Amino acid sequence: MKARVSDDALALACGADAVAAALAAAGVAVDRVSSWGMHWLEPLVEIDGNGWGPVTPADVPALVAGLLAEKAIGRIEDNPFITRQARLTFARAGRTRPLSLDDYAATGGWNGLAAARALEASATTETVVQSGLRGRGGAGFPAGIKWQTVAAAPGARKYIVCNADEGDSGTFADRMVMEGDPYLLIEGMAIAGLAVGASKGFVYIRSEYPHAIAKLQAAVALSADIVAPFDIEVRVGAGAYVCGEETSLLNSLEGKRGEVRAKPPLPAHKGLFGQPTVINNVLTLAAVPFILAHGAKAYADFGMGRSRGTIPVQLAGNIRHGGLFETAFGITLGELVNDIGGGSESGRQVRAVQVGGPLGAYFPPALFDTPFDYEAFAAADGLIGHGGIVVFDDSVDMARQARFAMAFCAIESCGKCTPCRLGSTRGVETLDRINAGDNRAANLALVEALCDTMKFGSLCALGGFTPYPVLSAIRHFGEDFQSPARERAA
Amino acid sequence: MLYDAHDKPGRSDAMENADTFSDVAAIIARHAGREGALLPILHDVEAAHGHVGEASVRAIATALNLSRAEVHGVVSFYHDFHDHPDPRPVIKLCRAEACQARGVEALVAGAEAVAGQRVRIAPVYCLGLCSVGPAAMLGGSVYARLDAAALSALIAAAA
Ligand SMILES: Cc1cc2nc3c(=O)[nH]c(=O)nc-3n(C[C@H](O)[C@H](O)[C@H](O)COP(=O)(O)O)c2cc1C
Ligand code: SF4
Ligand code: FES
Repeated sequence: MKARVSDDALALACGADAVAAALAAAGVAVDRVSSWGMHWLEPLVEIDGNGWGPVTPADVPALVAGLLAEKAIGRIEDNPFITRQARLTFARAGRTRPLSLDDYAATGGWNGLAAARALEASATTETVVQSGLRGRGGAGFPAGIKWQTVAAAPGARKYIVCNADEGDSGTFADRMVMEGDPYLLIEGMAIAGLAVGASKGFVYIRSEYPHAIAKLQAAVALSADIVAPFDIEVRVGAGAYVCGEETSLLNSLEGKRGEVRAKPPLPAHKGLFGQPTVINNVLTLAAVPFILAHGAKAYADFGMGRSRGTIPVQLAGNIRHGGLFETAFGITLGELVNDIGGGSESGRQVRAVQVGGPLGAYFPPALFDTPFDYEAFAAADGLIGHGGIVVFDDSVDMARQARFAMAFCAIESCGKCTPCRLGSTRGVETLDRINAGDNRAANLALVEALCDTMKFGSLCALGGFTPYPVLSAIRHFGEDFQSPARERAA
Repeated sequence: MLYDAHDKPGRSDAMENADTFSDVAAIIARHAGREGALLPILHDVEAAHGHVGEASVRAIATALNLSRAEVHGVVSFYHDFHDHPDPRPVIKLCRAEACQARGVEALVAGAEAVAGQRVRIAPVYCLGLCSVGPAAMLGGSVYARLDAAALSALIAAAA
């Protein structure tokens, strides 16, 4: 009998090591694999394709004796949560041992790199342009166009920088790629290097991800010969949300304070150490091997409008079936939250959903027909961001969430511009007054004016987009701002 | 492994003696010649000493041809670097939105009471465990689905 248990950080946090140890003690051989992304079932144990979860060490004797029926989910790959997905980037999730080069090669690994090596560099960038792939870090900029700009830019050296800062609450897809399928990211970076003429890549990983750092460092060492002469170095962030902003990240990589740089110049022209630099999110780069291996059309056939391909949606917060759900663009918010996610975990009414991290808008159920599409979300005064969905039930106090958005901006502001640095602090104070029931109408007007100033006077989206959660909370959940917090709680 | 959990609690007695030129020099030498060596150096110094002290700042500034003010500026910018030692173990408790939605705020006061002066409860904004919060990190390990009892046990075990 052989069992499979994930060694992804989330599985570990849910006790996977103890379960693996109990299985081993019961005489069962255990393979440590990536996570299927069905987080409510972690630690998930797989034996001969069938799954049980969430398993505790105490469950193991019954499991081994074939008696743990109440936690059996049947064949994992037939689970509706899996069959309803379109897993292009996460094709290997749950299926391979993350650091096994054999597993990677046996499941189509390195085919994209081989295809790129057989092509002219310009044909590789053109393939990425034709795929319609847009940046998954938040801004949705066409990846192929960015690569063409870097390819054409004069420079002594060029760099590929992977943005693995993944600071948005409600997101973990970058982490899952780095921990579960690290060679996929390495392959994507090597393809980008070939395409633009760069021989050096950096991955900037947030320090809150020690497991991802360790896995990726190991994978870089094990695959160095395969991607040579392309060379990758892993660098660790230092606990600053703003360092996910691309120019702040470049400053941080250079060993400076993570202050945001004014644009222009674009990083594509003058990026890391002043050289032309591709900076892309983990998911953007991890989508590339599929595109090169299967062709631009195979990718572009998924999606809607100008949002082509698939997006790994991250279902988080108070949701029954949380996890990683990769799907073609076009699925609605309501399908994701209710049909796939099963509504709230608490069993109470879903009241609000924040999409796109701490700078993303709060959506009420009335807007659940909004399709996952960059333009549709913008039209609803929201953003997709990095694809995180955080569900709140009806116990949420939206005035408190609006205050948190301002407070987060104040904590994480790089300090370079006044509207962000001071506006966010003023915002916290003003929302506190509203919560105390002090001069509500005038203070609400003041918050709106502050948001206006931050939106138009900030250099980057930290100050510029904090108004999204604040204003959406006021617009869609205005009743929470109409009485003092203690009365609402009563 | 280049990376080491940098939030390891410093050992106060070791710290006094450890912040010497020689071991900082060894850290600097290890990263010499790397592009943008400052952050990797600061991470290692923080991991070894629990903070980046004045002597370290001086040595790093000299080695990298920076002013002390510049090194200070970088240390103060990042949440991970500290200019003063704090010998207490640190539990980083996620206070971001997805963990809020899963009830972390209701755990905070109780956790701080259990922690007292012995353990520091520091906020962190997301650990990438947003579907199974409330989540926390201690050293290089992560914990999820925390309720009051589990968090208290974690605090009690923190050393
Ligand atoms: C405050 C702030 C934080 C950001 N954080 C991240 C992040 O953690 N990861 C990321 O990929 N992009 C982040 N971005 C977006 C980046 O600036 C940039 O658009 C992205 O890395 C480009 O890669 P892409 O085109 O592949 O998305 C952030 C932007 C801002 C303003
Ligand atoms: S908006 Fe805020 S984070 Fe962005 S550059 Fe200005 S001060 Fe820095
Ligand atoms: S919000 Fe707490 S782990 Fe992401």
